[in-house]
Amino acid sequence: MASMKEIKRRRAAIQNTAQITKAMKLVATVKLQKARAKAEASKPYFTIMYQTISSMLEKSENINHRYLRKNEDGKVGILVITGNRGLAGGYNNAVSRQVISGFESKDTLIYSVGKKGRDALLHKGFEVEGDFSEIVEEPLYKDAADITKVMLDDYESGKLSEIYVIYTNFKNTVVHDPVLLKLLPLSKEDLLQPETKENEGPRALMNYSPNEDEVLDAIIPKYISSVIYGGLMQSVASENGARMTAMDSATSNAEELIDKLGLQYNRARQGAITQELTEIVAGANAIE
Amino acid sequence: MDKFALKIICPDHIFYEGDATMVEFTTTEGNVGIFAKHIPMVSVVAPGKLTIHCEDGSEKTCALHSGFAEVLQDSVTIMADSCEYSDRIDITRAKEAKERAQKRLSEREGVDIARAEMALRRALVRLDVAGHK
Repeated sequence: MASMKEIKRRRAAIQNTAQITKAMKLVATVKLQKARAKAEASKPYFTIMYQTISSMLEKSENINHRYLRKNEDGKVGILVITGNRGLAGGYNNAVSRQVISGFESKDTLIYSVGKKGRDALLHKGFEVEGDFSEIVEEPLYKDAADITKVMLDDYESGKLSEIYVIYTNFKNTVVHDPVLLKLLPLSKEDLLQPETKENEGPRALMNYSPNEDEVLDAIIPKYISSVIYGGLMQSVASENGARMTAMDSATSNAEELIDKLGLQYNRARQGAITQELTEIVAGANAIE
Repeated sequence: MDKFALKIICPDHIFYEGDATMVEFTTTEGNVGIFAKHIPMVSVVAPGKLTIHCEDGSEKTCALHSGFAEVLQDSVTIMADSCEYSDRIDITRAKEAKERAQKRLSEREGVDIARAEMALRRALVRLDVAGHK
C-alpha cells in the first residue's frame, strides 16, 4: 500500500485538477449560452436563404450558370470548421476523422477554421490552402463573407472543382454531429431535402430583375456565406457544449477519485496507528 | 390601402417584421417602391436608403447595404447583409470611413479598389440616410 504522504500528495493534485475542470465547465456553460442564442438568431436568415435558392433552382430547369456547372479539373476544396483548443471531448476529432475517411489527401485542399482540425489534417498529409483560425472565437458574418470570397475566387480560377463545408451541427448540449455539406456546384438534388419541401406550395412564376444570371451571381455567394456563417455558429455552440460535457465528466471522475483516495488515506492512517500501537505494546512487553 | 407583410432579415437577427403599405429601396436597376399585390420578383439590392411606410402613415428610414429582396403577392422579404435605422447611425464614424475610403481611392496603388469603392458607397449611404432624418 502506498504511503500516507504519497496518497495525500496525489489527492491534493487531483483536487487541483478538479478545480480547473470545474472552472472550465462553468466557462463553457456561459459561452454555450451565448453561442446558442447566436446560433438561434442566425437561423431565420439561413432558412429563408435556403428556401429562396431551392425554389429558384426548382423552377429554373435549364440555367447554365458557372456556379451550377462542375469544374472539370481542380481539387476538392473543403472548409473544415473545428476549434482552436482541445479538451472538448471528441469534438475536434470527429470532424477531422470524417474528412480523413471521406477524402483523398492528394486531391483535396483544406481551408481551415480552427487550429485543431488544421493540425490533425496536416499530420495526415493534407494540404492546407487557407487558414482562418483566428476568427473562431467570435465569428462574424463578415468573416464568413471573407472566407466565401477566397473560396469562390479559387473556384472561378479553376483551382477547385467542388466546394464542401464540414461543421458540427448542434442538436442539444450533449448531441452534436459533424455534417458535410456540398456548396458548389449547386444542384437541385443536393439541395432539396424532404424537410424543406413542405413549404413549396403552388407559387406563381418568379420574375428576376435584372435577369436570372445576375440574380444568381448575387445570391449564390450570399447563400454560401450564410451556410458558412450558420456552420460557424453551430460549431461554436457544439464546441462549448462538448467541452461542457467533457469537463463535467472529468470533474465527476476527479471527485470519485478524491473520495477513493480519501478512503485509502484513512485506511493507511489507521494502519499506521495500529502498527505504532503494536510496536509500543511489544516494546513495553520486552522491557518487563 | 392594402398592406403586406414585410420582413427584413440580417444574418444575425431579424431586423424588422411587421405590416407595411409600401417599401422603397434601391436595386441594381434603380429605386423601386413596392405596394401590396406586386408581381412575384426577386431583385438584387444596391446600397441605398430603405423607407418603410407603415399602416398608420408613419415612415421609418434605414440604411440598407447589399442583399436581395423577394417580393411575393402579399409579402416582401429583404435579406440584408446589414441594415440600420437612420437614428442609430454613427455620423462621425461614417464620415471617418468616407475620408478613409476617399484617401485610399486617391492613392490608387496597392489598394483593393473595389473594396474601397464599396466602403465609400456604404459611408455615403449612411451619411445620406442620417441627413434625411
